[in-house]
Amino acid sequence: MEINEIQDQIIEDFSVFDDWMDKYQYIIDLSKELKIIKSEEKVEQNVIKGCQSQVWLSAEYTNGKIIYTADSDAIITKGIISLLIKVLSNQSPESIKNADLYFIEAIGLKENLSPTRSNGLLAMIKQMKLYAIAFDHKENR
Amino acid sequence: MLDIQKLRLDFPILQTKIHGKDLVYFDSAATTQKPQVVIDSIVDYYTKYNSNIHRGIHSLSQLSTQLYEDARETVKQFINAEHNYEIVFTKGLTEAINLVAFSFGETFIKPNDEIIISAMEHHANIVPWQMLCERKQAILKIIPFDNDGVLDLDIYKNLITEKTKLVSVSYISNVLGTKNPIPEIIKFAHLHNVPVLIDGAQSVQHEKIDVQKLDCDFFTIAGHKAYGPNGTGVLYGKEKWLDKMVPYQGGGDMIKTVTLQKTEYNTLPFKFEAGTTDYVGAHALATAFKYIESIGAELIGNHEKQLLSLATEKLSKNEAVTIYGNAPQKSCVLSFLVKGAHPADVGMILDKQGFALRTGTHCAEPIMQYYNIPGTIRMSFGMYNTTDEVLACCEMIDRISKMFQ
Repeated sequence: MEINEIQDQIIEDFSVFDDWMDKYQYIIDLSKELKIIKSEEKVEQNVIKGCQSQVWLSAEYTNGKIIYTADSDAIITKGIISLLIKVLSNQSPESIKNADLYFIEAIGLKENLSPTRSNGLLAMIKQMKLYAIAFDHKENR
Repeated sequence: MLDIQKLRLDFPILQTKIHGKDLVYFDSAATTQKPQVVIDSIVDYYTKYNSNIHRGIHSLSQLSTQLYEDARETVKQFINAEHNYEIVFTKGLTEAINLVAFSFGETFIKPNDEIIISAMEHHANIVPWQMLCERKQAILKIIPFDNDGVLDLDIYKNLITEKTKLVSVSYISNVLGTKNPIPEIIKFAHLHNVPVLIDGAQSVQHEKIDVQKLDCDFFTIAGHKAYGPNGTGVLYGKEKWLDKMVPYQGGGDMIKTVTLQKTEYNTLPFKFEAGTTDYVGAHALATAFKYIESIGAELIGNHEKQLLSLATEKLSKNEAVTIYGNAPQKSCVLSFLVKGAHPADVGMILDKQGFALRTGTHCAEPIMQYYNIPGTIRMSFGMYNTTDEVLACCEMIDRISKMFQ
């Protein structure tokens, strides 16, 4: 599936919730689906430190696609990472690089990406895109 | 009895809606909300009295100076200091401690001297002493606390030697809520002629403080945590210490005479108030202290204790909740964690329901290191909180904790 199709699917999944508690419960459940980063990759070099919580991110490049794995010590952050990985993992560097992640605002999670939240998510998206740029560059060299 | 509903009307911000819900403000340990009289006092000052203090012969300057010195007198009475020149206005509690660390340090600390703090201090009462020790090759010694959050006084007593020059401890821990045995700590230090600084970040807003009765050598207050404006603080110091200490900063107002060769310093307290101080803030802080007195510090403290024991009782029933800090003498804050959840997770969901609780390390990372936890969720109380708010919050925490099991 293409990035925007996946985003639209997520927006539809979230449209059933009219209560924040239900929405967060769903995000908590999503955290359990996250493909967790290998423990040997959970190193300083892969950590994105937020003030409140931290995120680990790793990327692998196979058959023209990037596979991301990640983890976080905060469950809701982990659930949101799980969504980001659903959208961006297994896509080409080119499409990741150019992806407009509109689903985050559409499902009401935009504030989680504000710099004041400082939970590592904003930096994580940047890092995911940097991986795409790096792999793209390698490919086209 | 406090009439909380009436008192709440004094705090305009409490009418705020957060995500469409009524704001329930449980973060007073970080900063308290301000009563209308304090807000008005700032507007009034700029509207009617503003003029630089201690400098002018003109009427407004005299009036402004009078208000500033009245504020000092108010603070003096509020904490029952012996002299008004023992009250120094600072820009916060952090500056008050840094002032002592610098000026006391420059005057009295030599290599291998020892300073004692506790393991439950917030960063403002750790870092200035570490910096001083680094500067002077002095040694910082730490009073440990036990699992309940109680300081080990036996160890404290053994830490004091003939090299000890100062003890600096918090009145109440901002994370564990422990009310430390300050009179005992001071008495023992004085037996060895060691002065004691009290970090009063959590003090005057919860109970009546009498610095003469405590016999502390220094007492520090955070204005914004005591219903006063941000950017204000108080250092109380006994004359015998302040008088001997070198100035903290140089500039206007702290001098008697200046030639390009040499400066003669002003007398107390001006020696420590270089430059134009926040005289508007000082006036507003005095207004806040008068407001606390008009409500009654003891009534406020008792009310907050009731809220604390209600919250403790409710949260203790939840098996997924661990409370950090179970000292028998406890006040104003309740730190906890929910099993399976990061503190930020719980804080985030609570926020969506209108509950403002702090999550994280509360500027006291060594406490988190002791318990080996990433931080806590902290419910802290002010005079305006109600039992209904506590019940609603504990119920919400029960609901949230189920989401993570």
